[in-house]
Amino acid sequence: MEIYQISVFLENQAGKLSEVTNLLAENGIDLRAINIAESSDYGVLRVITSDAEKAVEILREHNFIVNCTAVLGVSVPDRPGGLAHLLRILAAEKFDVEYMYSVFGQPNGLAYMILRVENIEEVRSVLEKDGIHTADCAELGIK
Amino acid sequence: MSKYFQPEIECADPAEIKKIQSEKLVKQVRHVWEHVPYYRAKMEAKGVTPDDIHGIEDLHKLPFLSKADLKEAYPYGLMGCPRKDVVRIHSTSGTTGKRVIAFYTKEDLDMWSDCTARAIVAAGGDENDVVQVCYGYGLFTGGSGLNDGSHKVGCMTLPMSSGNTERQLQFMVDLGATILCCTPSYAAYLGESIKEAGLRDKIQLKAGIFGAEAWSEEMRRDIQESLGIKAYDIYGLTELTGPGVSFECEEQSGMHINEDHFVAEIIDPETEEVLPEGSIGELVFTSLDKIGFPMIRYRTRDICVLRREKCSCGRTFIKMGKPMGRSDDMLIIKGVNVFPSQIEAVLLEEGFPANYQIIVDRVNNSDTLEVQVEMTPELFSDNLGKISEIEKQLIGSLKTMLGIYAKVRLVAPKSITRSEGKAVRVIDKRKI
Repeated sequence: MEIYQISVFLENQAGKLSEVTNLLAENGIDLRAINIAESSDYGVLRVITSDAEKAVEILREHNFIVNCTAVLGVSVPDRPGGLAHLLRILAAEKFDVEYMYSVFGQPNGLAYMILRVENIEEVRSVLEKDGIHTADCAELGIK
Repeated sequence: MSKYFQPEIECADPAEIKKIQSEKLVKQVRHVWEHVPYYRAKMEAKGVTPDDIHGIEDLHKLPFLSKADLKEAYPYGLMGCPRKDVVRIHSTSGTTGKRVIAFYTKEDLDMWSDCTARAIVAAGGDENDVVQVCYGYGLFTGGSGLNDGSHKVGCMTLPMSSGNTERQLQFMVDLGATILCCTPSYAAYLGESIKEAGLRDKIQLKAGIFGAEAWSEEMRRDIQESLGIKAYDIYGLTELTGPGVSFECEEQSGMHINEDHFVAEIIDPETEEVLPEGSIGELVFTSLDKIGFPMIRYRTRDICVLRREKCSCGRTFIKMGKPMGRSDDMLIIKGVNVFPSQIEAVLLEEGFPANYQIIVDRVNNSDTLEVQVEMTPELFSDNLGKISEIEKQLIGSLKTMLGIYAKVRLVAPKSITRSEGKAVRVIDKRKI
């Protein structure tokens, strides 16, 4: 199953991010990965949660603007050159990565990256061909 | 050199002025009746003909003209003469609907420059002065208005136009400018720049004529101190001529209206009834001898008070106080007329909701405009670059519509207060 990332519009205001994390905590939703991009007045919070559907529902109920986007989870050998190897392959194939960020530590000891790319399936098959493992939901603790 | 440009008029007996006004009004109404079908129709609708107008006491019988009329008659509907007699136009900023295009004949320009010449002489100017005009030249009335008046007085005129502060200071110092004409906020800015550049001892300014936006007595004190000058207010609007409809004298207590060319009335903006002298109300002007774009009982929407009192300067013209506000929602930001409805139109066109708030402030004596608008799910993206693209496009469209920069601030949905009934769209933090 696809991994879904939730993005949330946040005004740059004290307590806004905390409001989101509190809502998720109160509803027993676990954060698997988090990333924020910001301008001077606002930011875009991107999270991978244990339950995307429920998280979207709760945040929308509280008037947050929320988007859901399919992203690619990739496991990277946790050693020097691990990420470099992955990016070399993507560059060779001329895939554009809009942005990427890492997933919190996993019990299985693997490091994971979340990639935002246009053609998820295409990228996945190229990486798999090169022996790079792409993650499924269960691996990342996602419902 | 006397301290009046036209003492026989400026210091005339009020009864004499009234006589001049009456004669001109009778003539003007007949002229408009014959040359402006739009206004004639308004008179007919009210059952008034030129035969009913015998003098200034009959002014109240005539119908008003409003911004809505100007919009309806745009562009040529209120022109008061054959087009071959028009030699110049000026225009306000704004969209087609809100834009005012005014026409001037040679005689109109001559009359207007008399008005601004009076203002320059009242500020102590004569042919020995060097007048630096840093109002914008072009469609805006400020530049050419003061420029032509300065020519008439015989001053050496520096047609600087607005902006390029470094060059302004260079000319001011090198040529020894003595009278500065610009917006009060630019005067304040020049004052700061002069201080920073350590040029205070090198400038020879003695007076400044500042208009096109509202300013406080506190701001006047600051400008007078930083530039070492006496600061004079000047009032006008494109519909009538531009700056010079009224001007301040050395007493600095209200602006003398050039009553031989303009008649002022104060009305109740709700009932449209004429109010007695000294009442607060909406200022209404009639141009008595302007032919290219004659305005009869034009509602300025400026709220102020008129007072006829003996002035120590010797002028007998009635004085108007600084406009205290507007009877419509127009804002004047950096000298530019801005209507909230213009901002709303741009927002809707760009796909934003009509939930917005306009914050106007004055930072370092310069106006700032911020438009806060709520983010929508449709405009939102996980890609920050796409959001800032949308933001940039909105800023661009606002600039095209308003003619000035507006900062855009995207805010969370439902974060702009919804009030019961009339929404509070504008927060003006300027203390004027």
